[in-house]
This record gives sequence, C-alpha cells and structure tokens, in this order.
Amino acid sequence: MKAKSFFSRAAAAPHIVWSVMFIVAPLLFVLYYALTDPNGAFTLSNIAALPEYGGTFFLSISLSLIATIICILIGYPMAYFISRAKPSRQPLLLMAALVPMWINLLIRTFSMMAILDDGGLINTLLGTNLHIVGTKGAVIFGMVYDFLPYMILPIYTVMSKMDKRVLEAASDLGCNHFEVLLRVVLPLTRSGIVSGVTMVFVPSISTFYISQKLGGGTFELLGDTIERQFANPDTYNVGAAISLVMMVLILLSMAIMNKFADEDAEGGMLP
Amino acid sequence: MKKRFFSLCLVLLLLASCLLAFSSCSEEELPTRTLHVYNWGQYISDGSYDLPDVNALFEEYFNEQLAEKYGYRIEVNYSTYPSNEDMYNKIASGSGSFDVIVPSEYMIEKMISENLLLELDFSKITNYEYIAEEFRTDFNTYDPEGKYTVPYTYGTVGIIYNTDYVDEEDIGSWDLLWNEKYSGKILQFNNSRDALATALYRLGYSVNTTDHTKWAEATELLKQQKPLVQAYVMDEIFNKMISGSAWIAPYYAGDFLTMYDSNDSLAFYTPKEGTNIFVDAMCVPTCARQVDAAMEYINFMLSEEPALANAEYLGYSCPNTLVTESEEYQEYMLDWHEESLDILYSKSLVVDDYTDLKDINAENKRSFFHAISNTEENGNLLDYTNSLWAEIKIESSIEPWIIVTDIVILALLFAWWLSSFLRKRAREKSYTQK
Amino acid sequence: MKIVSKLYIGIIYFLLYAPIVVIAVFSFNAGDSTSVMEGVSLRWYSALFEKPELFEALKNSLLLALSSGLLATVIGTMAAVGLARMQKKWMKSSVNAITKIPMMNPEIVTGISMMLLFVFISKNILGNVEVNLGFFTLLIAHVTFNLPYVILSVMPKLRQMDKFLPEAAQDLGCPPWKSFFLVELPNILPGVISGFIMAFTLSLDDFVISLFNGGDNFKTLPVLIYNYTKKPVKPDIYALFTLIVITILLLLVLSNLASNRDERRKARAKK
Repeated sequence: MKAKSFFSRAAAAPHIVWSVMFIVAPLLFVLYYALTDPNGAFTLSNIAALPEYGGTFFLSISLSLIATIICILIGYPMAYFISRAKPSRQPLLLMAALVPMWINLLIRTFSMMAILDDGGLINTLLGTNLHIVGTKGAVIFGMVYDFLPYMILPIYTVMSKMDKRVLEAASDLGCNHFEVLLRVVLPLTRSGIVSGVTMVFVPSISTFYISQKLGGGTFELLGDTIERQFANPDTYNVGAAISLVMMVLILLSMAIMNKFADEDAEGGMLP
Repeated sequence: MKKRFFSLCLVLLLLASCLLAFSSCSEEELPTRTLHVYNWGQYISDGSYDLPDVNALFEEYFNEQLAEKYGYRIEVNYSTYPSNEDMYNKIASGSGSFDVIVPSEYMIEKMISENLLLELDFSKITNYEYIAEEFRTDFNTYDPEGKYTVPYTYGTVGIIYNTDYVDEEDIGSWDLLWNEKYSGKILQFNNSRDALATALYRLGYSVNTTDHTKWAEATELLKQQKPLVQAYVMDEIFNKMISGSAWIAPYYAGDFLTMYDSNDSLAFYTPKEGTNIFVDAMCVPTCARQVDAAMEYINFMLSEEPALANAEYLGYSCPNTLVTESEEYQEYMLDWHEESLDILYSKSLVVDDYTDLKDINAENKRSFFHAISNTEENGNLLDYTNSLWAEIKIESSIEPWIIVTDIVILALLFAWWLSSFLRKRAREKSYTQK
Repeated sequence: MKIVSKLYIGIIYFLLYAPIVVIAVFSFNAGDSTSVMEGVSLRWYSALFEKPELFEALKNSLLLALSSGLLATVIGTMAAVGLARMQKKWMKSSVNAITKIPMMNPEIVTGISMMLLFVFISKNILGNVEVNLGFFTLLIAHVTFNLPYVILSVMPKLRQMDKFLPEAAQDLGCPPWKSFFLVELPNILPGVISGFIMAFTLSLDDFVISLFNGGDNFKTLPVLIYNYTKKPVKPDIYALFTLIVITILLLLVLSNLASNRDERRKARAKK
C-alpha cells in the first residue's frame, strides 16, 4: 500500500512542480498588476472599476454557454456515430475532424469571412443580402467551428471502449435506439462530456480573435477587452484585474459543474 | 490507431529533418556577426514581384565592402512584429535585443522619453542627405532635434470609397463616414486612437487635445455612427473593400493602392477638414549590440536600389528624394494608378499638433499623433480615452434573444439536474426499503 | 440508422471543410486578393518556393508542436494518473483548478506573464544580462498551455477504467511502475493519444503566446502570418496550407488503406 501511494504521488509530482513554476509564478505577475497602479503603488481601484465591464462579462459568458451547448448537440452524435463506424475507419474519421484545425486560425477566419461576409460567397451564390459577419450569431458560429473537435475527441475516447454488451442488454430489455442513447450511453459517457464542456467553455470565454473578426468589432468580449488592455503596457493593470476576476468566475462555475457531474460519475459508473 | 498514429508522427519527423538538411552553412575567414532587424510584417522588399531581396543586398554589400574595415561579416536576422505596442512590449521588458527597429512616430516619442533609443551616428549615415528637406525640419515633431530617427516611409489617412456605389457629390469630407445613405456599408478603425481621431478631425479639433470635453464630443459622434457601421476593422479591410462587402472606409493611402490592384472601382480622397500623417522611422534601440552595422544598415536602406525596391514593393509614400525623383519610380507608380503620385505626395501643410485644425485656414492640413499617456495635467487621458472606447463598444450590445436563450439553457440544465437528483433519491429509497 | 449516421457525418464534415475548400480555391487565384477570384493560375505555388522563410517557419512549428505535444503528454498523463489516486481532496481540487488556468486566461495574459517570468528568472536568478528567448522558452510555454488538455482527455478514461485492475495486478506481485505500463496505460491509451493530438493541434496554431515568448532565432509560422498587418495576406500562404492539407489527407487515407489491407490479410489468415 505504501509503495502505491508513493508511486501515485510521484506520478503527479512533475506536473505539480511544473504548475508552480510556470502557472503560479506568472500568475503572481498578473496579481501584482491587478493590485497596483501604473506607478507600482498598491490600489484596489482596478478591481473597483470592474462593474463598468459587467455587460461584457455577461455577454461573454452567455455566448460561450450557447456555443458549448451547440457543441454538445453537434459533437455528441458525431462522436457516437464515429464510435459505431467500422473500427478500421474510426481513426480516419476522427483525424479528419481535426485536420481543419491544423490550418492557421487567422487564415481559417479570413476564409470564413469570405464565405459569410456581406459581399461573400453565400450572399453571392444565393443572391441574398444577409448580414452575418458582425452579429453575435457569427461569433457563436466561429466558436463552435473552432472548438467542436475538443468536444468530439473526449466523448469519442470514452465511447470507443464502452462495453457494447451493455447496449445490447438494454435493447434486449426493450429499449429503442433513442432510449438506449438517453438511458445508457449518455450516463456512461458523462465524464467525457464534462471534459469536453471544460475544453470548449473555458477557452471560448477568453477567446479574442474570433470575436474581433467575425463579430465585426461592433462589440467586445472579455478576451478582446483584456487583449486591448494588455496591448499597451500602460494599461496592464485593469486588464490584469479583469482576467483575475474572470478566472475566479470560471473556477467557481467549473466547481459547480464538477460537483454534479461527480455525483453520478461515482455512483453510476459500471464497475 | 496507435500504430498508424506513430507512423504518421514518424513521417512528420522525417519531413522536418529533411527540411533541416536544407539549412547548411559555409565557413569563412572573418567572424560572422548577426544583425537583428525588427520590422513590421511584410514591410520590406523580400524578393517577390521581381524586386530584389533588400536584406540579401545588404549582406552582400557589407560583406564585400565593409567586412575588412570592421573585421567581421554580417548576417541579417530579420524578424517581424504586428504592431508598435508588441514591439515596445518586447524591447521595454528586455526580452528581445534588436539592432534596428522601425516604430511609428508616437511610439518613437514614447521610446525617446523612456531612453530606449540610441542617438544615431550620422557620420556613418551619409545618405541622410537624400531625405527630403521637410522631414529634417518641420515634419519630425516626434524627434525634434532629429537625433534618433531616419524616416523609412510615411503616409496619410484618407477615405477609400467604391465609385460604383458612392455618389461623387457625397465625397470630400469626413461626413461620408456618417452618411446614412450608406448605412451598413461603412467601416471604421478598430482601435481607439484612429477611430476617435476620425471624429476629432470631423469636428475640427486637434487629435492631441487634452480637453476631455472634446474627447467626449468625439465619442458621441462615434456612438451616432455605430448603427451605420458594418464593422470595426484593421487588416480585414482589404478583403472587405476588394470584395465589395463594404463601400466606404478610412485607411492609409498606400494601402488604397494595394486594394486598387484587385478592385479598380475603388478611389481615394483626403478629407478637407484635415487628416492624419504618420511616419515609420528607422531607429537603433539602446539594447542594440551591433551598433556600427546598424548604422550601416540604415545608411544602406537610403541608397538608391534598396530604397527604390522598398518604395515600389510597399506603395507607401517615400521620404527619400533618390526615389521620388527617379523616373523609373514615377513610371512604375503611374502605371499602378494614374493619380498615385498625387495621392502619395500631395503638398499639404503639416500643422502644429496641438492647435485645433478648424482654426487654420488651408486647403490640405495634416497632423501627427502624439503618444497619449496618463499624467496629472491631462487628467489621466489614456485611461479616459480607454473608457470612452469601451463605452462605444459596450453600448446596446446585448439583445433579448441572448438573455432568453440563456434562461432556457439554465432552466433545462436545472430541470435535468433536478430530475436526476429525484431519480437517485427514489432509487436510494427503494434500496433501503428492500 | 446507417444512412442517418453517414448523412450526419457528411454534413458536419462539409461544414468543417468549407473554409478549407475556399482556401484551396483562392490559392489558385491569378490576382493578389484572397476575396475575389481574378482567374486561375499556379503563380502562388511557384511564388511559394521562392520564400524559404515560410518553410523554415513551418519546420519550426512542426518541431515545436511535436516536442511540446510529447512532453505535455508524458507529464500530463502522469499527472492524471497521480491525481486520480490522490487521497487528499483539497490537494486534488486545487491542482485541478491551477491546471486549468492557462486554458482560461486569454492567450495574451499567459503570453505576457510568462515573458515577464522568463525575463525575471534570467536577469535576477541566472544573472544574465541578455535574455535569450527561443526554442526552450517556447517549449515551456507551449507545454504549459497544453497540459490541461492532456489531463482533461486522460481523466475520463481513468474514470472509466476499473479502479481495481492496477490493485489486482499489484496484489499479484507486479511492481507499481510495471502495473502502470502493463495494465493502466493500455486502458487509457485512447485518451493519451487524443490528448497528444489536441496538444499538437493547439501548439501548431498558437501565435499570441509564441509572439511574446519566442526569439528571433526561432520563428514559427503562425507568428509570421500574424505579423502580416501592414499588407494583406497573399494567396501564397493559402497555397502553403493547401499543400499541407493535401499532404495530411493523403497520409491519412494511405494509412487507412494500409490498415484495411492488414485486416483483410489477417482475416484471410484466420480462415
């Protein structure tokens, strides 16, 4: 027993050391900037200035939430279908979902704009006059497009090794396809969904390039605001304060989510 | 899956190592030193469009003619940055060491005041004499004594419009950006300094004013303009104007020529109320290690062949008289656009940067940006303009459907959680009953 | 069911690849623009080969993505195993929270705070006058933001795995490190692989963090493209990415064909 606990502690050790050196230590710089004015004197005024950005907070969280839900709705069936495909074809299908992400984000976004823009491909082909780029819908679309693989992959990995006999048992006991999916597959893959949600929701709150380009710059998300503040060394302070508060908010919401994901994961998981 | 994946990795590794083999080097007698040049992306003639690769020309020139004198050969390490601020971040934090940089005028002013620039050695930069007179006298308000900078390019902000859609009678002034006739087809700068400046110019104020009420007035104008604006853009402007997605945009004269290349319905004018002039100048930062070679590099950039190549490649206005008086250049530019020389080199009055432009009676007025900072005298102007910009961006930006969707999602999540919680309780109860 | 799944996968791939197709089309543009076609030509492909710095940058990007992906996968997998077995709940949740920080910080905050840290370390601790940012600082930065993705994709697999398997192995006299390689790793391998793929993808596409933490001796492709602000991106970059996508897709299809043949051969051998 002792050997085992030593081994498990040692396994996480490199990561803990790494985290302290390269995550916590840089964070101290952010903390320093958040709590000082440009001359280096201690102040709470940066934090006090935050209510000004309340609307931005709300908008960012809303858009990320909607994008995350859409990612689940699209990504879950995708992962399910891939996991049911011929085994030899699964890696191909999976990698094919990821390859678009290997094209540079900037180039991809420009190309998306060429499709969606006012004088873009869709409007030219359909002869319509839709205004898509510059709306919040376009930003949600961009987020879904960019983060979808991070939803598909974890769900797929959990599904791929799911015990197929359980599914057969369920349908033998009279469940139809839909019921099998809802009652058996869904609970069994919950840990994959939780990972996927984290990997989509968390980065999309702080995204900035997508919202700037596809949102037409007519509104700002948190990432844009922070990026703007950090672009100029004289305004680091407020930017640092915003990103600190954002971190706290995200951690809180993650803690809540893990709380009710864990409950079932522990109890509902098959031995 | 595993096997295939590793074979994929292997192939990628092989590819990488093949590419590595390409970069081989040769031994020379003299030691080689590296000159680190830090410039904007795509801001130098790099060998494309049948124009020479300027950095390679410099290496050749230095190694053939100056290597003996200095006792070393030079290899140029050319890297790029996307904005003045990113470049400043690197240099001010001490995380990068460069020998030649090319900041814009307001950044030069800031860097001089923070002692980040070295005085140039003009005994080495003999070609400085070719720089047009006005840049050595009244143009360089950012470097009043002319000790730190050699101008590289300059340019003017104007309005680019699509002649297919915009009536000729509407042009001439900044008002076009506020013309409701073209609602949804107008673009605006996506940075506070340039966007607020368009409003300040329209109002006839100085863009360097420290009067908060004037800035607030400009902000009101931008808020009025917001419903008409299709997008706040920076480099997306090229695609949007070329494809005809937008018809009207404020941008730089040199970039207009680039857009005109792909869409000849576009035209350009400088607004009558006055507009902005910028200068990007070569400087040597205090962190430079190859100071002598840096001076030689700057000097070389002013000689005819590289200056001409850069001017033709970039399409920006060039302060070098060797270029502007060259017939080859003039032909090249006229071939590009018949009015290009008038657009790039319009004779105009550069006004005192703190006077309101409406008080000056002249045809063409231009003024420089100065760095905005927080001081007691200007009442923390930087913070103030930042919060004004945030106001423009945040205003009226949350639509009801977002709130409704949020509520629906949260309600569904809660219902789901509740139902699974109740089911679990029921299950537990049934176990205990048994 | 089969048709539904094929149709669904088809539609999603169509959407995912639409921007890529647009990129490929514009790479054949005779004009300079990436939004208006002015005829078809191969000039951007030939222009591409006159720009060795693009290939140099591509090589650097691949090297960095591979090495940071591998390192992050090793550290992250170990961390996930260690975390799953960690007894102290507070420690587990705090390590979990810290891990996610690079994911939720806008890249510019991570980028600048790490840059400040590197400058601080090299000036105050190592006593260097000059700070040499380059491959190693980039590697550290990339591993740091890759770690949460690896951990998050391994975690669900660990949860899904029977907890008693490694214990059984150890009870039967298997040393802990051996039981990890023989029992746990094969079980969680799909998660590890998808973690690596995600890390590779993220690292390949990063430009903000690389901009601040890279030096002029090691330039990556996304940074190079991000710096193209003075002039528009030309179709030569599109040509480069078209070549990349074609290469990857070819490799994928070839490997799929190879494995299909393997399977058929095995099936025949069985008969």
